[in-house]
Amino acid sequence: MKNEWPLWEVFIRGQHGMSHRHVGSLHAPDAEMAIKNARDVYTRRNEGVSIWVVEAAAITASSPSDKGPLYEPSESKVYRHPTFFDIPDEVGAM
Amino acid sequence: MYAQMIKSEATQDDPEKLAAFQARIDAGEKIEPKDWMPEGYRKTLIRQIGQHAHSEIVGQLPEGNWITRAPTLERKAILLAKVQDEAGHGLYLYCAAETLGISRDEMTEMLLDGRMKYSSIFNYPTLNWADIGAVGWLVDGAAIMNQVPLQRTSYGPYSRAMIRVCKEESFHQRQGYDVIRRMAEGTPEQKKMAQDALNRLWYPSLMMFGPSDKDSVHSAQSMKWKIKMNTNDELRQKFVDQTVPQAEYLGLTIPDPDLKWNEERGHYDFTDPDWNEFFDVIKGNGPCNADRLAARNKAWKDGQWVRDGMLAHARKKAARKHAAE
Ligand SMILES: [Fe+2]
Ligand SMILES: [Fe+2]
Repeated sequence: MKNEWPLWEVFIRGQHGMSHRHVGSLHAPDAEMAIKNARDVYTRRNEGVSIWVVEAAAITASSPSDKGPLYEPSESKVYRHPTFFDIPDEVGAM
Repeated sequence: MYAQMIKSEATQDDPEKLAAFQARIDAGEKIEPKDWMPEGYRKTLIRQIGQHAHSEIVGQLPEGNWITRAPTLERKAILLAKVQDEAGHGLYLYCAAETLGISRDEMTEMLLDGRMKYSSIFNYPTLNWADIGAVGWLVDGAAIMNQVPLQRTSYGPYSRAMIRVCKEESFHQRQGYDVIRRMAEGTPEQKKMAQDALNRLWYPSLMMFGPSDKDSVHSAQSMKWKIKMNTNDELRQKFVDQTVPQAEYLGLTIPDPDLKWNEERGHYDFTDPDWNEFFDVIKGNGPCNADRLAARNKAWKDGQWVRDGMLAHARKKAARKHAAE
């Protein structure tokens, strides 16, 4: 049996009510140790108030070659942005 | 630097794909792990990031040597935090290298059996407390010179690791300068120790940037790929220009009789280190090469039962949970 500790991806919530952000990865035998290691590796200067870890093997990522089919459809839908519409000055802020 | 003499790997890829890849780099785009990349780019980066990571880890040894003998509790806590940061830097970098398809254990084994290198600087000893000041001031100072531009490197995970590292480095250099300053302003004997540390560590610090540009044959491809951002001589010059006034402030003398401000160039002229010594240290013949590798091998071997035990425990726990479901 391969004896390398599995790889975990680490996500941290900063101080300011933001969402968890990916900060890097680390090796640990289990989730509990991954959290402890993440504390030492990624929050030595109060960078976070909450940590998520997830085994890297459990993540499914989109493929760079799917960029076209995935994202091009939204390029032609400019009306999704509020600036698409002209609102007369007279009606005030909207 | 922390990565010295990285040989660019030859690449035999489809010219059309290569050109498109180069265009992305020229446009300032970041290359991410799942993107197509030339084999040479991948291999060169594994070697460079791996060597950088190993340097952070081995670099803990010369400073760790003085944690138990720091002169005050405050200095001890500071040095401990500094050395802990270096462990963190090693981990950020290993995780960046792992995105290129090599595992951390593989890299560790390559370090332990000599197939991968670490920076030549860590093969010099730290003989006394003044050396700890000089290491923070000069060695971390030289590392910063190299790491700041690497924040803009083309490989996303490497660039992000460098951004984290750079946020922490300025503490390292400042605490070192503070240690040596206290000694330079202390008793005549303390000042003599500070001068002696500078004398011994000056040229090894200059060697960190790698051989002179005229002898470094591998730079061109790496610079095109934005894996290397400046030439060795550029960074060395920058380091000398920055460090000379810092030494002057301390009343210490750079051990180079030919060091002189060159008005025309707008830089200091200085003496190159002894490159024969550099190549000899790289080959394994520096004062501490054997010690450093022995210490890393011992740590790896002694930790084996802990790593195995924790994994066995984790597997047992997972199996028990599975059975209960
Ligand atoms: Fe570092
Ligand atoms: Fe450092």
